[in-house]
Amino acid sequence: MAVPILKQHDYLIATVQSTLTDSDMMQLQNDLAERVGRFRSKGVIIDVTVLDVMDSFACRMIRTIAQVIRLRGAETVLVGIQPDVAFAMVQLGLSLDNVPTALDLEDGLALLEQRIRGRHNHER
Amino acid sequence: MNDESIVIVAIRSDADIIAARQQGRQIAASLGFTSTEQALIATAISEVARNIVEYAQKGEITIQAFSERGKHGILVQARDQGPGIADLDLAMQDGYSTSNSLGLGLPGTKRLMDEFDITSEIGKGTTVTMKKWRY
Ligand SMILES: Nc1ncnc2c1ncn2[C@@H]1O[C@H](COP(=O)(O)OP(=O)(O)O)[C@@H](O)[C@H]1O
Ligand SMILES: [Mg+2]
Repeated sequence: MAVPILKQHDYLIATVQSTLTDSDMMQLQNDLAERVGRFRSKGVIIDVTVLDVMDSFACRMIRTIAQVIRLRGAETVLVGIQPDVAFAMVQLGLSLDNVPTALDLEDGLALLEQRIRGRHNHER
Repeated sequence: MNDESIVIVAIRSDADIIAARQQGRQIAASLGFTSTEQALIATAISEVARNIVEYAQKGEITIQAFSERGKHGILVQARDQGPGIADLDLAMQDGYSTSNSLGLGLPGTKRLMDEFDITSEIGKGTTVTMKKWRY
């Protein structure tokens, strides 16, 4: 099932609704890269609250998506990793590299705000 | 689920990977594994199933309950008749990958489960056998 993407002011919010197939993940990457340009979005939230497994393939995919979005000039924050999923990721040895994470959507939006401000100050 | 039943999932595509890990989670739940343990088992199945699709194109995963000397657990086996692995010690190292991916599937799966065994023969295929005990 494709991931719906909501536009909210300067942000895009992609809420994963069910287990993602490979093509769903590819589509999410393409949709986000395209919409960041179309809407001139500054930040993207990917909400994975419903995911019950994050394997190394999904992890690599999310890292790639975040890199693509960064190259398009926006920031990504991943939110909603469940405790069991986090535990399995640690055991497996997975890291999200430099993709920032937050507990939930609310914290994610706050973190995004902070990072975008940081990026701005840095460039000045 | 009783000790005799075995679930076999044919693995050919990413949809089968999802099916196999969902089966694994369900069986683990029916055996009384905690939700955290179910997540570990499902993730391990996802990794070995992904390897089948990626490196051998097709294969199968069997999942079953097992008991040994009064202890109970889940037994998962992933089998394929793909190209095999030339150097198992290398393949079991964190970060080693021939497909430019993360190289954590095999070593990570070993950490997720209680017992892990891999056999492979060039040109014949690969079999991963793993167990998790129910404490
Ligand atoms: N079923 C398999 N058949 C053939 N080669 C395999 C199989 N599983 C793993 N391998 C080899 O072992 C390496 C390490 O596997 P893994 O730890 O899952 O990392 P990754 O899949 O990210 O490369 C792979 O890159 C591949 O060369
Ligand atoms: Mg792998």
